[in-house]
Amino acid sequence: MRSFTYERAASPADAARAVAATQGAKFIAGGTNLLDLMKLEIERPTHLVDVQDLGLDAIEETEEGGLRIGTLVSNTALSAHPKVRRDYAVLTRAIQAGASGQLRNKATTGGNMLQRTRCSYFYDTNMPCNKRKPGDGCAAIRGSSRQLGVIGTSDSCIATYPGDMAVAMRVLDAVVETVKPDGTARSIPSAEFHRLWGDTPHVETVLEPGEIITHVRLPAPLGGRHFYSKVRDRRSYAFALVSVAAVIQSDGTGQVAFGGVAPRPWRLPEADAQLRNGAAAVVRTAFADARPTEDNKFKIPLAERTLAGILAEAKG
Amino acid sequence: MEFNAPAGENLFDRSKVVGKSTRRIDGPLKVSGRAPYAAERHDVAANQAYGWIVGAGIAKGRIRSMNLDEARKAPGVIAIVAATEHNAVGSSDWNIAPLFGGRDIAHYHQAIAVVVAETFEQARAAAGLIRTSYDSADGRFDLETAKEKSKVGTGFSGDKSESTLGDFDSAYGSAAATVDATYTTPDESHAMMEPMASIAAWEGDRLTVWTSNQMIAWGKKALASILKIDEDKVRVDSPYIGGGFGGKLFVRADAVMAALGAKAAGRPVKVVMQRPLMFNNATHRHATIQRVRLGADQDGRITAIAHECWSGNLDGESGEDGTLQTPKLYTGANRLTRSFVAELDLPEGNAMRAPGEAVGHLALEVAMDELAEKLGMDPVELRVLNDAKDTVPADPDTKISDRNLVRCLREGAERFGWSKRNPQAGGNRRGRWLTGMGCAAGYRAGPTEKSAARVRMDADGGFTVETDMTDIGTGSYTIIAQTAAETMGVPLERVNVELGDSAFPASSGSGGQWGAASSTAGVYAACVNLRRAIGEKLGFDADAATFEDGKANLNGESWEIADAGALSADGEMTYGDFKDGYDVGTYAGHFAEVKVDAFTGETHITRMLSVCDAGRILNPLSARSQVIGAMVMSAGATLMEDLHVDKRFGFFANHDLAGYEVPVHADIPHQECVFLDTLDPIISPMKAKGVGELGICGPGAAVANAIYNATGIRVRDYPLTLDKYLDRLPAIA
Amino acid sequence: MPDDGYLNVSRRGVLAGGVGSAALAQASILRAQQPMPGSQSGNEGPSTMRIRMTVNGTPQEVDLDTRTTLLDTLREHLKLTGTKKGCDHGQCGACTVMVNGQRINSCLSLAVQHEGDEVTTIEGLGTPDDLHPMQDAFVEHDGYQCGYCTPGQICSAVAVLEEIRSGIPSHVTDDLTGPMRPTEMEMRERMSGNICRCGAYSNIAEAMAQVAEA
Repeated sequence: MRSFTYERAASPADAARAVAATQGAKFIAGGTNLLDLMKLEIERPTHLVDVQDLGLDAIEETEEGGLRIGTLVSNTALSAHPKVRRDYAVLTRAIQAGASGQLRNKATTGGNMLQRTRCSYFYDTNMPCNKRKPGDGCAAIRGSSRQLGVIGTSDSCIATYPGDMAVAMRVLDAVVETVKPDGTARSIPSAEFHRLWGDTPHVETVLEPGEIITHVRLPAPLGGRHFYSKVRDRRSYAFALVSVAAVIQSDGTGQVAFGGVAPRPWRLPEADAQLRNGAAAVVRTAFADARPTEDNKFKIPLAERTLAGILAEAKG
Repeated sequence: MEFNAPAGENLFDRSKVVGKSTRRIDGPLKVSGRAPYAAERHDVAANQAYGWIVGAGIAKGRIRSMNLDEARKAPGVIAIVAATEHNAVGSSDWNIAPLFGGRDIAHYHQAIAVVVAETFEQARAAAGLIRTSYDSADGRFDLETAKEKSKVGTGFSGDKSESTLGDFDSAYGSAAATVDATYTTPDESHAMMEPMASIAAWEGDRLTVWTSNQMIAWGKKALASILKIDEDKVRVDSPYIGGGFGGKLFVRADAVMAALGAKAAGRPVKVVMQRPLMFNNATHRHATIQRVRLGADQDGRITAIAHECWSGNLDGESGEDGTLQTPKLYTGANRLTRSFVAELDLPEGNAMRAPGEAVGHLALEVAMDELAEKLGMDPVELRVLNDAKDTVPADPDTKISDRNLVRCLREGAERFGWSKRNPQAGGNRRGRWLTGMGCAAGYRAGPTEKSAARVRMDADGGFTVETDMTDIGTGSYTIIAQTAAETMGVPLERVNVELGDSAFPASSGSGGQWGAASSTAGVYAACVNLRRAIGEKLGFDADAATFEDGKANLNGESWEIADAGALSADGEMTYGDFKDGYDVGTYAGHFAEVKVDAFTGETHITRMLSVCDAGRILNPLSARSQVIGAMVMSAGATLMEDLHVDKRFGFFANHDLAGYEVPVHADIPHQECVFLDTLDPIISPMKAKGVGELGICGPGAAVANAIYNATGIRVRDYPLTLDKYLDRLPAIA
Repeated sequence: MPDDGYLNVSRRGVLAGGVGSAALAQASILRAQQPMPGSQSGNEGPSTMRIRMTVNGTPQEVDLDTRTTLLDTLREHLKLTGTKKGCDHGQCGACTVMVNGQRINSCLSLAVQHEGDEVTTIEGLGTPDDLHPMQDAFVEHDGYQCGYCTPGQICSAVAVLEEIRSGIPSHVTDDLTGPMRPTEMEMRERMSGNICRCGAYSNIAEAMAQVAEA
């Protein structure tokens, strides 16, 4: 880990300015992902701006009947919030399917949106990786790719967004609120938040340098039944092979997003529209452009079977 | 003391302490965080600096250059010992690739430097500034390809790994029912929770290493040989070990680099191997390809049995011999076992818990399940029918010491409710769950090694046992205390146990499930000598006396043993030739129940039971832990554990604990472990055999067989992850 | 109960009321004592800061390299080695401690993030002569073997029972709005961030059940 200086910011705008002002500066909130990567020198910030004192750790109700979640609300606190449990159960279930109790206590809402990939080659600095070092090449495409992406990937990178919370956020059409270094605020729909890799896999979100997440906003509850099924090689404390977040209404319509398959939580409106036609129709639509490897092509039938399990339960 | 005839009735047959379920005497230290592990010994040497190991970035080739300038100038750096500036260290009997030195790279993440700095943070940061360039060479990384050029390997005993009896080919050719199946098992990692760790300090030419090592005497010898110094100048100390499973049988790079770093720094140096280096730098269990052929008559009697195994290693010699249990488990007049080893340039394969048998059972015991199905027989009954009786099936000249496998299977079946199993595979579905049961037999040898100890009696009648025996979680502290308390006739609380220091008498160490039987026998030998010393001092024949409640009693007379004053005695147990005529084995019947999600293929183990036959159980509480822990590791091997070989770069790609998945709490149900009340008079005066490896021989096969019973899908490539059978699960509507 | 439970688990809940001025004051104290590095070469002299925290009830004040994790602060600086380093990457749970009443992985936390925090480690739960009921239950049920993951298991076990009491749901909770119960599966799921390679899981579950029922 390279040496760095450290400060605590007192307001979102101060934090954004501090990061923008120092080359190589980064925000740190929970730090559970950043420190992991700093120890391996995959991240090498020269300066850390700790945002824990920004006061953004409340969950408020919005006028539209939704919730506005402070970026510092921990995964545990968000998943345990009574309104989230009641009205956004898919979010509680997704969060609780991820990581461990210890990590969820520390990980924050904003930080979790920014969780970086778990590709083995990204994690090994002896290996070429376009995400770590643009233009370096990708060792994963013909390598150990069982965990990696099947859609939305590129010839530069086949990594996935590995988290769970954001998959639920995507199905709920959450909106990410930010503040830029110049103090201006903006709202980013979760559909647009994560970029597809293209030929710049090191750029993972649409956030600009120094732009800080302040809140994540949930629209009014969707009703319906909420599901989050995460399939993995062990029953807990593991990244998804495939996860499926779904909200299913009594008429069979709904929303569905897939995790562990793409650079972003994978959801297509045209696939949602197929929900009444069954899992095969949804997956056929959602994964029409899939480009899996030999190692991970099983993820597509797995996605179908996982969704089928959810739909069977929704009916039953 | 030589154990040179089968044990007759002795004091352990009337035991008050040995054999009783006993809380670990080291327990309070462990649960309160006070037990000091290797890297935590702040007290043993002042002014400790921190070392960070740099691993090679290629699998095979040569270092062209290492630029150390920036690292040397980095804050806090005291010394850097680098491969380009250091000759290769010496070798030892216990490792293949050099643990450090010279420009040649034998495997990925082989140590190429240690950076020593004032703080941990500084050492790690400076290591990141070293720039190394390599000339890569082509390597052999694919077992399937390399196996074509393999040859018969050499076992631990030094013999070639093959045996034949009768005429396998013709018997197999004429058998009424046959199975010919090939199974593969992946490379696996010990993944013990405490990484390799050592603190090294030099005083002149004398070296002390506080480390985490299962085999102190081997470690001392190996360090001397590797560092090319006199063995008498080396002290190794390892009182607490955070798991080993074979991975810490041998001195590894942490100890060597700490010693070299300390020499260069002129200060004690602490090195903890970073977890991401562990998987490729340290040893692992070799992948295998195993072919099993079984032939039986219509009644299920095995007439032909062949087990061939292929694995690979750097030396093309020492592999993973999956056939080890096959000569022992089942009868059959015509037999063939052969274990081939190929040359591979992957990291060094070496012993991991029940080397050979752990993966051998995953093949043989599934093949038995396949044979049972072909015969339309119950799998338990097939095993019972083919149980060996008095002599080893593949070696009729060798007697079996004490074997109760049939009882294990029958009692297990009874307790598990085996009769409720639906023999129709795939025939049980409840909602989305397919359920099934499986069984397997287990065999693991029960070896003994010579083992010594010293027992001291203080003036106030307190006892201290000193031996270089280790406790790797096995419960050695407690069973040694129990043995001394029993033999000296004092309460357990009067016995203090000191382990793991090479200054103490050399023990068997911990490995091969020989530790419990061997080390307690050594302590018994020392206690017998101490009893004699007491008798001599107080004037009675100690061998004729009984020792109870702090007194020695003989012919109506009684002596307070503490009256003898402070005394000390050494003793060692060695074993006579009579044992050569016996196979001493441990046996188990394993049962598992699973449910498999008909949609996703996820497997949940819902019940596990092992019924074990291992002679006297010295401490049923910790022995149970040994067995259930091994069952967990066996379940992991079946369901998830898998080092992913990148065949282009020649390394294990998933080299951390997020990528290499081992079972977590949620994977493991309540486990039952039952010990048969048996005694083995051939093994030692204790009549007790080890169980720590028995527990990993078979449970995974029981799980695999249960998955088959649940789904009707047979997968022969471990681990049995859902991607391998998703397309064969029931169709979804 | 859910409402109260939620408030209790809010991250750094005690600060929630008066964050503004308190945070400002803290921020000025916590400014690094060294100027920011001007170059990207990245390994200038260590940036050190004075950190104050309370560990097992004892106030501690220590000058640390900003890179020092809470785990290394405990193990190397305060010589509280009961908290273990198994992976240093949040993948094993051996480093679990409680900070302000919540369990975290101390390896994935910088000491500088914990200014003013209250840390409880395994040493703070009990001593060999005066064990915490959970520590005693682990000895009774042999809920360990090598002992290396054990302090983390015990810290988690104590926290898990509290999390269930506080009504925090888990991955295996069927009814998210109903009361939580310390069932075996709830405990196994919640303990899954603590890997035990010796495989003592079944015994740990029994130890926890005993304490939960007490």
